[in-house]
Amino acid sequence: MTLAATLPTPRAPSLETEGMSKIFGPLVALDDVSISVKAGSFHALLGENGAGKSTLVKCIMGFYRADKGRVRLNGAEVSVASPRDARSLGIGMVYQQFTLVPCLTAAENLVISRADAPAIIDWKREREKLAAFMDRMPFRVPLDKRVSALSAGEKQKLEILKLLYLEQRFLILDEPTSVLTPGEADEMLGLLGDMARAGEVTVLMISHKFREVKAFCDSFTVLRRGQLTGSGDAQGATVAEMSAMMIGDTEIRERAARAPRNDSQTVLELASLYADDAEGRPAIHALNLKVKAGEIVGIAGVSGNGQSALVEVLSGQRPLTDGRIFIHAKPFEPKRADFDRFKVFGLPEEPLKNAAVPRMSVAENIAFRSYDKPPITSLGWWLSPGPMRKKAEDLIARYRVKTTSPDSPIEALSGGNIQRAILARELSGDVDVLIVANPCFGLDFASVAEIRTQIMEQRNKGAAVLLVSEDLDEVLELSDRVAVMSGGSVTYVAPIAETDRATIGTYMAGH
Amino acid sequence: MGAGGRGRDAQGPPPQLSPTRGRSTSGGWPDMAAAKTKATAMTMVSTSAPTTGLSATALRRIEALVIPVGALVGSALVFSVFLLVLGKSPLQFFGLIWTGGFGSAFSVQNTLLRSAPLILTGLAFAIPARIGLTVIGAEGALVLGGFMAAAVAIPLVTGGWAPQIGLPLMALMAMLTGAAWIGLVGWLRHYRGVNETIASLLLSYIAIATMNFFVEGPLRDPASANKPSTMPIGELYRVGPIPGTTVHWGLAAGLVLAVVLHILMTRTTFGFAARMTGGNVRAAQAQGLPVGFLVVGCCAIAGACAGLAGFFEVAAVHGQANASLVAGYGFTGILVAFLARQNALAIVPVAILFGALAASGGLIQRRMEMPDATILVLQGIIFVVLLTSETLYGRIPFLQPRRTGDRT
Repeated sequence: MTLAATLPTPRAPSLETEGMSKIFGPLVALDDVSISVKAGSFHALLGENGAGKSTLVKCIMGFYRADKGRVRLNGAEVSVASPRDARSLGIGMVYQQFTLVPCLTAAENLVISRADAPAIIDWKREREKLAAFMDRMPFRVPLDKRVSALSAGEKQKLEILKLLYLEQRFLILDEPTSVLTPGEADEMLGLLGDMARAGEVTVLMISHKFREVKAFCDSFTVLRRGQLTGSGDAQGATVAEMSAMMIGDTEIRERAARAPRNDSQTVLELASLYADDAEGRPAIHALNLKVKAGEIVGIAGVSGNGQSALVEVLSGQRPLTDGRIFIHAKPFEPKRADFDRFKVFGLPEEPLKNAAVPRMSVAENIAFRSYDKPPITSLGWWLSPGPMRKKAEDLIARYRVKTTSPDSPIEALSGGNIQRAILARELSGDVDVLIVANPCFGLDFASVAEIRTQIMEQRNKGAAVLLVSEDLDEVLELSDRVAVMSGGSVTYVAPIAETDRATIGTYMAGH
Repeated sequence: MGAGGRGRDAQGPPPQLSPTRGRSTSGGWPDMAAAKTKATAMTMVSTSAPTTGLSATALRRIEALVIPVGALVGSALVFSVFLLVLGKSPLQFFGLIWTGGFGSAFSVQNTLLRSAPLILTGLAFAIPARIGLTVIGAEGALVLGGFMAAAVAIPLVTGGWAPQIGLPLMALMAMLTGAAWIGLVGWLRHYRGVNETIASLLLSYIAIATMNFFVEGPLRDPASANKPSTMPIGELYRVGPIPGTTVHWGLAAGLVLAVVLHILMTRTTFGFAARMTGGNVRAAQAQGLPVGFLVVGCCAIAGACAGLAGFFEVAAVHGQANASLVAGYGFTGILVAFLARQNALAIVPVAILFGALAASGGLIQRRMEMPDATILVLQGIIFVVLLTSETLYGRIPFLQPRRTGDRT
């Protein structure tokens, strides 16, 4: 048994990859990527979604076997055939999802994570060792609380503590701050930076937040479409240089200008909404909000503060326990008749899960709003595939959805094309109210810009847009007014010109 | 932890942008053109099978045909081993199935006679399956429907009502009973969260017990000494054969319903909404569909099909309700629907195949000196092999459509 307490602090390792390539069927996911992470550095791995960042770290971690290439740890070539090998070499990873056991305490989670955890645990001895271990750690987590009672920030810290407890000194963090408030994120990254500078750990962090990279990292590598497009000193390079490496020469559509807006009428009004989550606990609590015509109200917030429940309530996926929704001062029920009557449309997050039927064809998916109306339907019930297909072909062309045929199942399309098909369905008619939730998850820059442009165009045409997003940059870019959700209700609303990131951050943290 | 549970980065092969945007495509695969003209490392490499030129839809249809047929062949092979172990000839066995099922006009009619209820019970499984429910309670709805038809026949027959009025009433009663029985399963599922598979199975036992209670008790015909039964409905009330055959009208009803339900599920707003709900209930809710109505509706249709099968068992076969109604048609129907991939039209030939198996049972018993249950062993093997073959969907390399090349 090798416990940290009995050994001198191990040194942070350096890690290089040399010519890593990984091919999935017809896709070159990684193409001859060589990166170098110096011992004790805080290295950022940048790239848009799908650039190959995850593939690269999964190859390093032994989840995938690289088709070509080598990994060197402290200069010596190592073979990592499985995550178990990575672990014994001292390479650990913090995933986007938590890997803790929620019903156990933090201390129990740490002890059971050990490969050599004994069948019978002498808790008294373990506690003493844990206390000694924690004394040397820069951050604290309440060891006796159940993990389910910890905040997201504490869980993330515990994940990192777990790696350190397991003697893993090369830490790979996969977007570690996506579930944290800006304050929590800064604290955690600051502490990790200190540890790296002290030579205790080497950190490789996947990120697409330039702000964090500039503030905490000392070096960076950029991947684009599976290839290395740049690396260097994170402090020396400008954000513009880094983003040019990430985006490359991809054409980005010009963002739609924000048309000036006169004082308009309230369209969507949420009056004192209450709803429960799947376990029957309150998810939304006395939520009030108004959205005017020709206005985007962006809802920011740390995930898990009721945003997804709010979107579900508005789209009819979750019942209200109390409160009313009004559109043009008339009561609105999230039923098909009211969606049509009030011209309510939606772009939900993860369209394959919330807006599309994966096994139905692209044409059928595009017809979800119109299948029961002429010309597709006659006599009120008879469906004609001809007009359905024709309309789909038209919209596929207009919205440049790339599909082999309107009859292909929509699940065969890429994320950006699925989202475009949904955009075509929801935005091709008259829109009075638009509910948007995290519309750009997992999409590349070009698609993101295009989708944001479409949302802005709807606003300029006079739609009342409610945008729920976990990406604060997206909220700041699109909104006319920003609202913050915390603890199930809206705690802060301000016009975009009268607020800033820091103020929003404090409200997000629940202050 | 909402965001924590979401993979924001590609989990598998990461998306790639095509470098040849706007370039004309060849054969619908934009990146094939790119790969040929621009051999840089950024392009797609075509390492797998060449494009077959078939559309994704066509490939899916071929897959949906190849795998069940393959499962049938596989089960025949497994069953052959079983026969060889017993010292019997597989060739003789399958020859006898052909003779007993399709060998003569008599055997064909015998086959069709047995396939009539299987079409209806197959539909009773397939329709809820389209909305995402695994309802295995057709047996109960058949038994209860048949019993209710026989029960309502008692006052009609004794009251001297004309069969032109009485028979439709009996059929309606059977269908309503079945619809209510399986509709209840759908209601429990949607509004109370009760697992529909368990509920329908248990309700089947309740249905059979209810039938037995009345047949052995209050509604027992005193003349039925050896086998407790309800009062015979009499020759006047019997549903006769389709002219020129010995096959009763239940076959025609099954054929018509298969076509009607196929149209309902593919060409009407109801069917479209049901398929949306079955494919992704969250998307259906987000479109404001009445999910509860659709679920209960599909279940009620299923129950009505099974109830109608019960009506024909009583009015065309047994002439009264008794334990013979519990013949396992409801359960064989599950197998039929599975093999037909829940496609209403495909159920007809599959039901005929299983009708042939049942029809040849007697011949096999006599010629090969094997017990009647041999056919059940074969059916069981088919079911197991079929369920195993479900895992093959999407895994047969040459049947996979290439994913749309450009990923954005």
